[in-house]
Parts: sequence; C-alpha cells; structure tokens
Amino acid sequence: MRVYRRRRFTCQEIVELVTDYLDDALTRRDRRRFETHLSGCDHCTEFLRQMRTTIVLSGSLADEDLSAIRQSELLTLFRRWCLDSP
Amino acid sequence: MQRHGQARVLGQGNDEAALVERLLAGDEEAFVTLIRQHHQVMVRLARSYVPSEAVAEDVVQETWLALLRGLPSFEGRSSVKTWLYAILLNRARTAGLKERRQTPVEDPERAVDQARFDRSGSWSSPPVPWEEEVEDRVRAERLTKSVQIAIDQLPSAQRDVLTLRDVEGMTAADACQILGLRQGHQRVLLHRARSRLRNVLEAEFGENIA
Repeated sequence: MRVYRRRRFTCQEIVELVTDYLDDALTRRDRRRFETHLSGCDHCTEFLRQMRTTIVLSGSLADEDLSAIRQSELLTLFRRWCLDSP
Repeated sequence: MQRHGQARVLGQGNDEAALVERLLAGDEEAFVTLIRQHHQVMVRLARSYVPSEAVAEDVVQETWLALLRGLPSFEGRSSVKTWLYAILLNRARTAGLKERRQTPVEDPERAVDQARFDRSGSWSSPPVPWEEEVEDRVRAERLTKSVQIAIDQLPSAQRDVLTLRDVEGMTAADACQILGLRQGHQRVLLHRARSRLRNVLEAEFGENIA
C-alpha cells in the first residue's frame, strides 16, 4: 500500500488507512506506525471504533428473516426442479 | 450483531461437495439453509440494479433456478457461493441495463472532510464518541435503518463491495472474484463506502447531541 516514509502518520492519513489496517493489508512497518499513532491518539482510536461499529451495523442487515411466504415459494421452486431433473 | 466475521457462509472443500450432493439428492433442509443465508442479501444486491423490489425478487428466483440447473455440471472451480453471486450479478445487471442508476464518481473522495483537520493533519474537529449509544438496542434499530438507506445511496461499485464484504460477511478474496476486482481497488471502494456510512451515522449522532 501507500508508503509513508520517515515520519509519523497524521490523523488525516490514519482515517484513510483504516480499511487497509482491518484487512491486514498494511506492510508490517506501516501497521506498526498505524498502531503507534493509535496508542497516542484518542480521536483516531474513536474513529477506528466507529468504523468497526459501522461494519457491525452493516452486518446486522443480513440477519433479516426470510418471510415464510418467500421460503415456501422457493421450496416449491426446489421441489419442481427435483421433479424435472433426471 | 455477533454474526459478523463468523463463517456464516458456505463451507469449503468437503462441506461444499457435500452440499452439492445434498442438493442434487433433493435435500430440502440443505436448500432452506442456503436460501436463509443468502436470499435477502441477494435481493438487496439486485435491488440496486433493477427498478423495483418485485423485479429484484424475480431476478433472485431466476438465480436460484439457474444455480439448481447448473448443479449437475458444477465442477467446484469456484465455491458455490461465489458462483451463486456471480450468476446473480450477471442477471441483475442484464435486467437493469436500461434503468441502471448512475452516480457520478466524485474523485478524490476522502474518508473525512478535510476541513476537520488542521494544517498538520491532526483532528481539529474530532469524532464525537458514540459507542455507548449504539449499544442501546432501540437506537441500534434506528441506526440500522439509516445504514440501509445510506447503502442504497452509495455509488453502485461501492455498494456491491460493501454488500458482499460487510453485509454478507464475505472475504476480500471472494468479493474480488465475484466482482472481478483487484484487491487494492476493492479496498478503496470498501473504504469509501464505509466512510460514507460512518459519516451518515455521525450526522445522526451529532443531531442527537446538539
């Protein structure tokens, strides 16, 4: 990924690297710099926490239940396919 | 909420072969498990390409049928899940070709408004903590609605990646394969999408705090 040499990450850089960090796509060195910044910066720590919360909220959308009607429609489709297939 | 990051998705290797066998043998339980896991997410994904919920449902039903019909010749070169979503996106894109909403890409797009940092790149207007509020269930429910609306408004490339990665909980590798993206590009799109959602949520909280 992008390489920032010689200096510490700024907050503005950190907020752009969160997904790379969470996907473990930073070089080991950048990862260390990322974590060093976080350990000294409450705001960026909060930012990371909020991004994690955002991800969890997106994930909660998948927990919607399939309606009984839909499920039975799809089962009908499955049964018909079973009958049709050799 | 705990689900995220767990292997809710189809199994790999032996499990996968077993699943195909069970479906071919007409095992309804296997099919129900599959549709419970994926149907709603697929409708959500299709919905962003086609003009209505009804058309999205049709596209997903066709996708299930295409999956079943293709099972006998399934060679396991990709996972069933990857294959399933590839069929879906293909069909949704075809069905929605005329109506496809186009959102202009703003570039460069930043995770956080530049005005919130000082000249040295440090926060001048830092994020306000909202962790405790999210733990409030009622509040979380309302937030879920906001997230849903915000996802619907994302540019389609961002929305596809976020739906597969964060809603469905897929790995980066699977999402890249389905969407035909390189890892780096996938992460850029995902980061923009997540950042937009975070901004929407922050606006919600800001309103509450004010």
